[in-house]
Amino acid sequence: MIALFLRELKLASRIGGGALTGLLFFLAVVTVVPFGVGPDLKLLARIGPAMLWTGALLASLLGLDRLFQGEREDGSLDLLLMSEHPIALIVFVKSLAHWVATGLPLVLAAPVFGLMMNMEPVAIAASVATLAVGTPAISFVGAVGAAVTVTLARGGLVIAVLILPLVIPVLIFGVSASYGAVEDPAPFLPPFLILCAITLFFAVLGPLAAGHVLRHAAD
Amino acid sequence: MKLVGEKLAAARGERRIFEGLSFEVPAGSALVVTGPNGSGKSTLLKTIAGFLRPAAGSLKLEGQFKGLDAETPLAEHCHYLGHANALKPQLSVHENLRFWQQFYAPGRTVDEALDAVGLPGVGDLPAGYLSAGQKRRVAIARLLAAARPVWLVDEPTSALDAASERRFAALVEAHLAQGGIVVAATHQQLGLAAALKLDISQFAESRAA
Repeated sequence: MIALFLRELKLASRIGGGALTGLLFFLAVVTVVPFGVGPDLKLLARIGPAMLWTGALLASLLGLDRLFQGEREDGSLDLLLMSEHPIALIVFVKSLAHWVATGLPLVLAAPVFGLMMNMEPVAIAASVATLAVGTPAISFVGAVGAAVTVTLARGGLVIAVLILPLVIPVLIFGVSASYGAVEDPAPFLPPFLILCAITLFFAVLGPLAAGHVLRHAAD
Repeated sequence: MKLVGEKLAAARGERRIFEGLSFEVPAGSALVVTGPNGSGKSTLLKTIAGFLRPAAGSLKLEGQFKGLDAETPLAEHCHYLGHANALKPQLSVHENLRFWQQFYAPGRTVDEALDAVGLPGVGDLPAGYLSAGQKRRVAIARLLAAARPVWLVDEPTSALDAASERRFAALVEAHLAQGGIVVAATHQQLGLAAALKLDISQFAESRAA
């Protein structure tokens, strides 16, 4: 399983792997917003957490379509299915590696982008914390979308449409926890804990569902 | 150990590809499946590999193989060499083989496996640089680098030159000599000295019925 994890990271970091695509997209979103909103620093600081979250959410969706499609095209998926490891565990490891390659860079870059949005240090810290626990959920749910669309040649947008309803709660609780950290009387901890719960829930359900779908996609 | 299929039938969607297919492959022998295009050779291999559920009949591996108990599903005894080579072009040949070796049970070392298919010294090249025949040979090396007793090979010698075909036949013979099982779907002569033959077209669904 460690071998699979390392292979995924290697693939993501090589040419065509797309580890940086999400980060560049995130950068593009966050850079464009201040120009669109105008020079109102207060407004920027206020919408900052929401923009960071929206950007990170959309950036995480990029590249999800290749999660299983590449494996299917070159025949590796068949061989993965024949291994003694449970398919749900394989999906879990692949999703985790996807998050480390695309989600973690977003989390690490968020403080820099937070400065561009004129956010307070506390708000930046809260946004980074919520992104760190919230974005894995996107990879785990995304695995289900990727598994369902594995046979479609251009499934990228279909995945986004399929899983957006499922990741909206992640966005809502992520943003409300970030606001909770700076705005009284809104609380930080309850939405943050719900966010953690959502991630844990999807970490179990996503791989199970995606594994089941992949078994039947072979027909 | 022997691989037994009883009254197997396979369907793709609504269409029955073949039915009433029975075979028995004891340890140390090869089954060569022949038949015209679309007669179900690949479907049979995919059924044995567990990608397709048999529409009827049963498949089992009788007896035990070292290190694997009777509870282990059939698919986990099998190597599958399909039409695709399952190589990642961005990774080096060595990284590709090393991964499958670690993910399955380890067999020979990667260098030994590459030597056996006549490709020493390509280990550090990205798999994407290789020619079609070389990729096929690396895929064959995978069968050696990771140890599994049953080889399911689908047109294994496509894109191979004559020398490589002979080398593949020798590798199959060596695998059989160790008590392995090989099921091959092919149009070509694999050059195996003794192999069971199965013409799958006899089992096509009778249209009149």
